[in-house]
Amino acid sequence: MPLPSARPAAALSVQSMLPALVVPWLAACDGPQSILDPAGPAARGVTLLWWPMLIVATVVLVGVTAAWIVAMLRRPRDFSPEEAKRISRRWVVSGGILLPAASIVLLLGFGVPVGDRMLPRRGEAPLRIDVTARQWQWDVAYPGDGVVLVDELHLPAGRAVHIHVTSADVIHSFWVPRLGPKIDAVPGRTNVLRLQADEAGSLRGQCSEFCGTGHAHMVLKVHVHTEAGFSAWLTERAAAAHVGGKDPAGATPGGALPAPAAPGAARNPPRLVSGVAFLP
Amino acid sequence: MIDGRPDELHQQFEEVWGNPRGWRAATIVNHTRIGLLFLLTGLGFFIFGGLLAMLIRAQLALPDQTFMDADTYNQVFTMHGTVMMFLFAVPMMEGLAVYLIPKMLGARDLVFPRLSALGYWCYLFGGLILAASLFLELAPDAGWFMYTPLSSLPYSPGVNSDFWLLGITFVEISAVTAAVELVVAILRARAPGMTLQRMPLYAWYILTMAMMIVLGFPPLILGSILLELERAAGMAFFDVARGGDPILWQHLFWLFGHPEVYIIFLPAAGLVSTVLPVFARRPIVGYRWVVVAVLTTGFISFALWVHHMFTVGIPHLAQAFFSAASMLVAIPTGVQVFSWLATLWLGRPVYHVPMLWLFGFLVIFVAGGLTGVMLALVPFNWQVHDTQFVVAHLHYVLVGGMFFPLVAAVYYWLPHFSGRMPSARLGRWGFWLVFGGFNLTFLVMHWTGLLGMPRRAYTYAPGLGWDVPNLVSSIGSFIMAIGIATVLVDVLLHFRFGVRAAPNPWHADTLEWATRLPPAAYNFISLPTVDSRYPLWDQPELAKKMARGEQGLATVAHGRRETWGTDAVTGEVREIIHLPGNTWLPFAVALVLSVVCIGLLVKAYAVASFATVVAAILVLRWSWENGAHEESGIGVPVSAGDPPLHWRTHDGPGRWGMGVTLLADGALYAALLFGWFYLWTVAPQWQVPAQSPLDARGLLANALLLSAATLWLRRVLAALRRGSDKGLCGQLAAVAALGLLQSAHLLWLMYTSDLAPKGTAHDAVIAVVLGYALFHCVLAGIAIALQAWRVHYGYVDRAAPYEPIVLGQLWYYNLGVMWSAYVALVLFPSTWGGV
Repeated sequence: MPLPSARPAAALSVQSMLPALVVPWLAACDGPQSILDPAGPAARGVTLLWWPMLIVATVVLVGVTAAWIVAMLRRPRDFSPEEAKRISRRWVVSGGILLPAASIVLLLGFGVPVGDRMLPRRGEAPLRIDVTARQWQWDVAYPGDGVVLVDELHLPAGRAVHIHVTSADVIHSFWVPRLGPKIDAVPGRTNVLRLQADEAGSLRGQCSEFCGTGHAHMVLKVHVHTEAGFSAWLTERAAAAHVGGKDPAGATPGGALPAPAAPGAARNPPRLVSGVAFLP
Repeated sequence: MIDGRPDELHQQFEEVWGNPRGWRAATIVNHTRIGLLFLLTGLGFFIFGGLLAMLIRAQLALPDQTFMDADTYNQVFTMHGTVMMFLFAVPMMEGLAVYLIPKMLGARDLVFPRLSALGYWCYLFGGLILAASLFLELAPDAGWFMYTPLSSLPYSPGVNSDFWLLGITFVEISAVTAAVELVVAILRARAPGMTLQRMPLYAWYILTMAMMIVLGFPPLILGSILLELERAAGMAFFDVARGGDPILWQHLFWLFGHPEVYIIFLPAAGLVSTVLPVFARRPIVGYRWVVVAVLTTGFISFALWVHHMFTVGIPHLAQAFFSAASMLVAIPTGVQVFSWLATLWLGRPVYHVPMLWLFGFLVIFVAGGLTGVMLALVPFNWQVHDTQFVVAHLHYVLVGGMFFPLVAAVYYWLPHFSGRMPSARLGRWGFWLVFGGFNLTFLVMHWTGLLGMPRRAYTYAPGLGWDVPNLVSSIGSFIMAIGIATVLVDVLLHFRFGVRAAPNPWHADTLEWATRLPPAAYNFISLPTVDSRYPLWDQPELAKKMARGEQGLATVAHGRRETWGTDAVTGEVREIIHLPGNTWLPFAVALVLSVVCIGLLVKAYAVASFATVVAAILVLRWSWENGAHEESGIGVPVSAGDPPLHWRTHDGPGRWGMGVTLLADGALYAALLFGWFYLWTVAPQWQVPAQSPLDARGLLANALLLSAATLWLRRVLAALRRGSDKGLCGQLAAVAALGLLQSAHLLWLMYTSDLAPKGTAHDAVIAVVLGYALFHCVLAGIAIALQAWRVHYGYVDRAAPYEPIVLGQLWYYNLGVMWSAYVALVLFPSTWGGV
C-alpha cells in the first residue's frame, strides 16, 4: 500500500546534522515501517540513540580489526617479560574493562531517559484505545464511544494515546514502527503503550510476535488525523454505532458493541467521559 | 617410535582398548570414537539445517513469493532454528570436547565411557525422530522457542509440537550426560601434577560450559515436560483460564535459552584461546584474566534471560536490572578479545588457514557483540525486538562466535582426525566465500530490520523497502553456501591428498599432540606427569617418554582399562580409575528410550510404559556391571606402589558424577518451585481451592519417615567408612524396605488426595512436585535394595565400600526435596493466607 510520507521537519534537521559517514544510508532509510523515519517522539528518541550507537560501534569494530591486522602483519619484536606484562595488562585493562565499562555507562546514561520518556505518564489525560489481537486481526475499540474497528487504527496527532493491548488467543505484538516501541499482546494481561503521532497521515503497523500461519498478513492500517479531524471522525462513527448501523470499517459481528473475549478489558456501553478509562 | 617395546605395548593395549568392527562398533564406548561420531552426526545435521536456511532465503528473496506456503515456511524456520541450536551447535561443541578433553588432560578416556555412548545414541535417535517429522510434514511449526499458547493444544492441535517437546527432551539427555562427565573428567582425571592453575584454558572453558549445561538445560527440560503434560494429559500450567500463565513458559525457556548462547560461545572461545597462542608462538597473555572472565561470563549469563522478554510487559525496574546485567557481559568478553589481541601483538604470529578463520571470527563476533550491547538497551530493544535486526544480530554472534572458531578448530585438528595436513589454497577460497557471503547476507539484514521487517513472516508485500535488501541477503546466503561446500570439499579431499603429518605438526603446547596421529583408542601408552601449563613446550622430551612407556600406568597386562584419578585442585594421584569396556547397554538403553519417545508421540501409552520398564531394567543392569563385578582384570592386583582402584576408595569419580547429576536434578526441581511461586504471585487468574487438596499431616509423617530411613543409612555409611561392614546386607535391606514403604505411603497420599490437576494450575503443580518426589524415592529405594543384594554377592563390602557411599547422596538429596516440598506446598500457602 503506497503511503504518503509524514516525516516531520524536526527529524530532517537532526538527520542533516549527522556526519558524512551515514549520509549514503539516509536515502534508503525511508519506508512505511522504517524505524529510521520516525513519525512520533518515541520513535524519534530511538532514532537519536541509533545513529550515535552505530558510529561508536563502527569505530570500535574498525579499531579492533585494525589492531588485529597490524598485529598479524607487522615485523615481530622481542619483548622482555616485564615489557610483555606491562603491555598485556594495558591492553586487557583499557580495552577489555575500561572501554566496555565506559560505553555501558554512556549508553545507559543516554538511553535510560529515552526509555523513560516513552512510558505512560502520571497526570496525563491521554486518549485510550483498546486493541485486542486475535488470529489474525486487530480489534480496535474506542471505549466510551462504542466504536469498534478491525485492522484499522485512527489517532489524533500531537496528543498522547494509551493503547491498551491484550490478546484473545495466542501472543501477538502490537507495533507501529514509525510511532514507537512495540508491546506484546498477551492473553490474560493488558499492557499499556503510550504513543504520540506528530502530524496527520497514514502509517503501517504489523504484528511482530510469531502467531501462526497468518502472522505475515496481520497488518494494521493507521490513520493519523488532526485533533479536530479526529473528533469529527469519532463523533461520526460513534453516532453511526449508536444508530446501530453496521460499522463500515469493522467486520465485527453485532456492529457497535462487541462481546469481547478479551479478559481484563472491560467495555461498558457509552459513557462519554472524555474518552479516558482505567483498567479494572 | 620404531623401538620394539612401544610396538609390543601397543599390541597389548589394543587388545584391551581396541575398537571392534562391523555391527559390534555400536558397543564402542571409547571417547575418541564417540567424539568423532558426535562431530560427524553434527556435521550431518548442520548440512540439514543449512539446506533449510537456503529454503528460507529462497522464499524471502522476492516479495509475495509462493515458493512455500505459510505452514511449510513455519515448519522450515522452526526446524532451522531447532536443528542448528540443539542438533548442531551444542552437540558439536560437546563432541569436540569429548574428543579433546581426555587427551588434553593426559588421560586415556572420560570417566564414564558408557555414559558418553548413551549420550551419543540418544542424540542420534532423538535427532532422527525430530528430523523425520519434517519429511512427514508434521514438523514443529510454533518457532524454536515454542511460545505458549501458540504451541498449546488449542492452537497447535497436531502432533507437531509434540515432536519438538519429546524429541528435544530426548536429545537433551545427551547434552546433560556429556556435561556431567566432562565436569567430572576435568576435575578428577587430569594428569598428575596438572593443578587447576596448570590446566589448559580449553579445559576451563569446557568446565564452565558443562556446569552451565548442568544448571541451564534442566529448566527447559522441565518446561518441556510441563507443556507436554498440558498437551497430552490435559494438566494446566500455561493456560490463563485455569490459573496458569503463558509467560511462565517464556521464563523457563529463556532461563535455559540465554545461558545456551554462552554454552555455544564459550567452548568456541576456548578453541580460540587454544589455537591462537600456538600460531602466535607464545603463551596466551593473561591466563588468569581469561579464567576469571570465563567464570564471570558463566555466572552473569544466568542473570540475563529477561532481555529476551523486554516487550512482554514486565516491570520497568526489572527491565533496567536485566538491561544493565546484559551489558555487563561485554566486560568479560572484552577481556578475552583484548588478551587475544595482546597475545598476537606480543607473539611472533605465523600464518595458516586456521588463523584466517580466527580473523573472521574476531570481526564477525565483535560486530555481533556490539549490536548485542545495543539490543540490551531497553528502548532500542522495544523497537527492533523480533525484527530482522535481531536475526542479523544472532547470526553474527552464533555464526561468528561458534561456526568460525569451529572451522578454525577443524583445520587445526585435522591431522588428528586423518594423520594428514590440510591444504592452503582451497581453504582460503572457502574462507573468503563464507566470510563475504555471510556479511552480504547478514550485514544487510540489520538494515532490513531497521526498515521494520518482522521476523518469522513467511512473505512480505512489495513496496515496503524490503525487496532489495532481502534479495541481497538471499544472494549472499547462496555465496556463503558455496563457501561452506568448498570447505567441505577441501576437508574431504585432504583425507586422500593431504601430506602426512609429522608428530605435533603445529608445535602446539597441549598434550593431545603427544598421541599417535591419528590416535590409538587408549591415547597414550603411558600417562604423563606434568609440571607446567604448557607441557609440550616446557617438557620437550615428554611426548617421546610417554610413547616409550616411561611414564605412569604403562602396563595393561592385567586386562583393565585404567586412567589416573587425581585430586580436583592439586592434581595429585589419588586412585586408579577402573574404566568399563565396550558394551551393548548404552545402545540398547537409547534404542528403548526412542521407543518410549515414539510411543508417547503416537499416544501408544501401553507401549511407552512397557518400554519405560524395559529401559529401567537395562539401566539397573548397567549399574550392576560396576566395581567388583567388572569382568576384566578383577583378580589382578594393582602394581606395587600404585594407588588402589577407585571402587576400593570412598571417593571416586562416581561420587562426583552423582553430585553433578544431582545439581542438574536440583536445577530442574528449583525451576519447578520457581514455577509454583511464580504462578502464586504473577498468574493473572491464579486459583486456590477453598480446602487444601493435600493431607498436610500425612505429608509431614511421610517426610519424617524418609528422614528416619535416611538417618539410618547415614549410620550405615559412617560405619562403612570406618571399615566396618557388620550386618551391612541386612541393614541396607531394611533401609530399602523403609524407603519403599515411604514411597508407597506417598503414592497412597497422592491417590487419596483431592487433587484436580486438570482443573487448576495450583493442583497441577502440586501433582508434579509430589510425582517428582515419588519418582526419586522409588529410585533411591530400589538402588539401595540392589546394594544389599550386591553385598550378598560379595561385590560390596568394607574392601569395596564405594557404591553405597555414592548412593548416599541421592538419599540426602531426596530428603531435601521432601522437606522443601513440605515447606512450599504446606507451610508457604498457610502463611500467605491460602490453604
